[in-house]
Amino acid sequence: MFLRAKRLTALALGPVLMLFGLLHAGTVAAAAKVNEVNMSPGATDVGQSIFDLHMTIFWICVIIGVLVFGVMFYSIYYHRKSRGVTPATFHESTKVEIAWTVVPFFILIGMAVPATSTLLEIYDFEDAEMDVLITGYQWKWKYEYLNESGENVAFFSNLRTPQSEIYNTADKGEHYLLEVDEPLVIPVDTKVRFLVTANDVIHAWWVPELAVKKDAIPGFINETWTHATEEGVYRGQCAELCGKDHGFMPIVVNVVSKEEYASWLSEKQAEAAEIKKLMAQTFSMDELMERGKSVYDRSCAACHGANGEGGLGKAIADSPIATGDLSGHLEVGINGVPGTAMQAFGGQLNDVDMAAVITYQRNAFGNNMGDMVQPIDVFNHKKG
Amino acid sequence: MGDHHHGPAKGLSRWLFTTNHKDIGTMYLWFSFAMFILGGSFAMIIRAELFQPGMQLVDPLFFNQMTTLHGLVMVFGAIMPSFVGLANWMIPMMIGAPDMALPRMNNWSFWILPPAFLLLASTLFMDGGAPAFGWTFYAPLSTTYAAPSVTIFIFCIHVLGISSIMGSINIIATVMNLRAPGMTYMKMPLFVWTWLITAFLLVAVMPVLAGAVTMMLMDIHFGTSFFSAAGGGDPVLFQHVFWFFGHPEVYIIILPAFGVVSQIIPAFSRKPLFGYDSMVYATASIAFLSFIVWAHHMYTVGMPIAGELFFMYATMLIAVPTGVKVFNWISTMWRGALTFETPMLFSLGFLVLFTIGGFTGLMLSIAPADFQYHDSYFVVAHFHYVMVAGAVFSMTAAVYYWLPKWCGRMYNETMGKTHFWISFIGFNLTFFPQHFVGLAGMPRRIPDYALQFADFNMMSSIGAFIYGSSQILFLYNVIATIVAGKPTSDEKVWDGAEGLEWTVPTPAPYHTFETPPKIDPSHAHS
Repeated sequence: MFLRAKRLTALALGPVLMLFGLLHAGTVAAAAKVNEVNMSPGATDVGQSIFDLHMTIFWICVIIGVLVFGVMFYSIYYHRKSRGVTPATFHESTKVEIAWTVVPFFILIGMAVPATSTLLEIYDFEDAEMDVLITGYQWKWKYEYLNESGENVAFFSNLRTPQSEIYNTADKGEHYLLEVDEPLVIPVDTKVRFLVTANDVIHAWWVPELAVKKDAIPGFINETWTHATEEGVYRGQCAELCGKDHGFMPIVVNVVSKEEYASWLSEKQAEAAEIKKLMAQTFSMDELMERGKSVYDRSCAACHGANGEGGLGKAIADSPIATGDLSGHLEVGINGVPGTAMQAFGGQLNDVDMAAVITYQRNAFGNNMGDMVQPIDVFNHKKG
Repeated sequence: MGDHHHGPAKGLSRWLFTTNHKDIGTMYLWFSFAMFILGGSFAMIIRAELFQPGMQLVDPLFFNQMTTLHGLVMVFGAIMPSFVGLANWMIPMMIGAPDMALPRMNNWSFWILPPAFLLLASTLFMDGGAPAFGWTFYAPLSTTYAAPSVTIFIFCIHVLGISSIMGSINIIATVMNLRAPGMTYMKMPLFVWTWLITAFLLVAVMPVLAGAVTMMLMDIHFGTSFFSAAGGGDPVLFQHVFWFFGHPEVYIIILPAFGVVSQIIPAFSRKPLFGYDSMVYATASIAFLSFIVWAHHMYTVGMPIAGELFFMYATMLIAVPTGVKVFNWISTMWRGALTFETPMLFSLGFLVLFTIGGFTGLMLSIAPADFQYHDSYFVVAHFHYVMVAGAVFSMTAAVYYWLPKWCGRMYNETMGKTHFWISFIGFNLTFFPQHFVGLAGMPRRIPDYALQFADFNMMSSIGAFIYGSSQILFLYNVIATIVAGKPTSDEKVWDGAEGLEWTVPTPAPYHTFETPPKIDPSHAHS
């Protein structure tokens, strides 16, 4: 029934879509599912239940709408003064009023039953096979795999679309604004529980095809889950206004086979061990500057400007902090400035990246302090 | 004063010091139209930026300021004051009262509005920019992470709240005390009923909003942590308090609109309103339910399942009284003798489009489905169907309906009908495709979007420009009517219209019903 339902909707909308398809043909041909008009049942059983519920209610509304508007347009056509009718004078009927109070009530009960059972299905958090902690940051997501044996795996997932595409100096790619540097990877046919929280303001983690939307609230942890039955790449976005770059913090989830997941996980664990080793190393100025630039572009530029000129945040160029005492600079970078939008990056960047970006800020944009920070300095500062 | 009759004072002081309900009503109406144009310009900037993917015109932070100010100006500056203006003009004339019960307070409740909005608009030029946290201003984005202008914003909200509370007290006092002898409650026109109930809602919830912004102020400047978990507070508390105000607020906007339509549909059907009593009861039920459904705006914050179920069931129930209203309006038309002048066209536009907004509202009430709809463009489409096609269409209908009575001149019918059809087409072109992009996964309040949403967004923007420019025609028609419309002196401008306002001369004199009219006891409500 629902397949047919979908076709009917498409049929009804066909002419409108065709008109715009013609107007706009070609420009977005590469993207998937252009001009989709309906919700997707997605890749989970819960998503299918929600879709079925959505379509049921949609069709009930359509039927009521056809009846109500039918009566109305009948009246508009046949009861017009220009046809020479004399107006009736009736103006009340308790029986009719009772009927149209009671009948809708029963229709509502008919809707509430499937709604309740779908809700119970969604609220069944039992028997999750793995946990991922999702933390929203302005304006990126952090994923942390909990309870996996071996090295702890945690990483940030940032928008990968270059500024040149956003500001129209380059052609927009197929997954414009819906692509990240490091996607979340989860295994197929596995109940994955997400623990959702935020570091600064409220965000919401939404992947339509996984049928998950949950607010990420600073200081509180929400839980939700998914159980993907099909491998694939699923894309979503932050759904709660979270400040300037709310529109630029997408979510990409790769659902892969269990074997692929296991090998991906061990690769990530090896990477984490590698970072640990790097922490003990000493870097040259050039190495720090090179690494520092890429960290800056990823983590600082959104607020402080691509050239340190400032923006939402203070300017880095010629800033009293970046050209002042080193430990003061480390303090701001690691612990942030409480009560402002300057976050504590100590928990977001590893010590190598922190050392690199502080060094970079002190020696770029016209700042010329000439000093270097090593990972061990960051480590010591954190220890106090 | 005795038999001392006087007309309006001359010049600016007439408007500054007036205590006349008609003058104050006029000022409210013009002010709200000015705000409608201002809020509309913000919407045009939003739609222009969203015309194509990519950032073209504004930066993302400014875009957020536009969405925020568009919502605030439209809700608090355009829609609410427009209905207060209508109440000022019409309620005394509908119940046979000489003026509002508290005329000096009436003056004050209007005159604190313009400075408040001037202040709010001035935040655009402040360091850090205007409020950029959405008209729902969720903490902590609106506290710890807000620009300094948030303090000005809080002050403005307080002033608007005071204005609304004073206006409501005035309406309650007027309706309860100044009805002409024989004008019993169940004989009052439905517009008076819906406003009486609205006024009670306002008095109940505006202080809650004041509480919310005061807690924000404390968090920002005085070191409290109402909305910060780090100090023992809870950001979700903000949403509970806000929506305890916010949900009744949307009924505050729509109930007077119901009242207007309940006056106009019988007039052009030449048949009494069907089910008057049930209309009154349905309005009261909607008002009551509005207090126990607030958390349906918060299905995704992580409520326990018992909370989700309660708010889902309670919200679904609203469909019952709302349905009763729609059925009654259609029964009023049934076997009437219909004509389709501009006020009727806008009322029918209201009826069709508000019902569609009601259907999407019912869909949104279903908590599990809302997990997909929430904060998507589907919601944007839904609330514009009820706010614009609901409240604004009905307000427009009201202006066309009563304008001849106000100024003694007839508007240009062809231009009025043209205004309707352009508005109707523009509106649907703007907001219908937003259902599609929302269902397909486009979040609201984003300045740029993925490529698969491009065509519908372009449609939406074209529709918005059409709808927006049609309002210039409206403004022209109204001014042309006032300046050079065809004079009319019929007391009853519309042959099917009923009610005391149609028994006074046209144009309505500066003072009406200085002695109470006689109410024909056999004559039920208008």
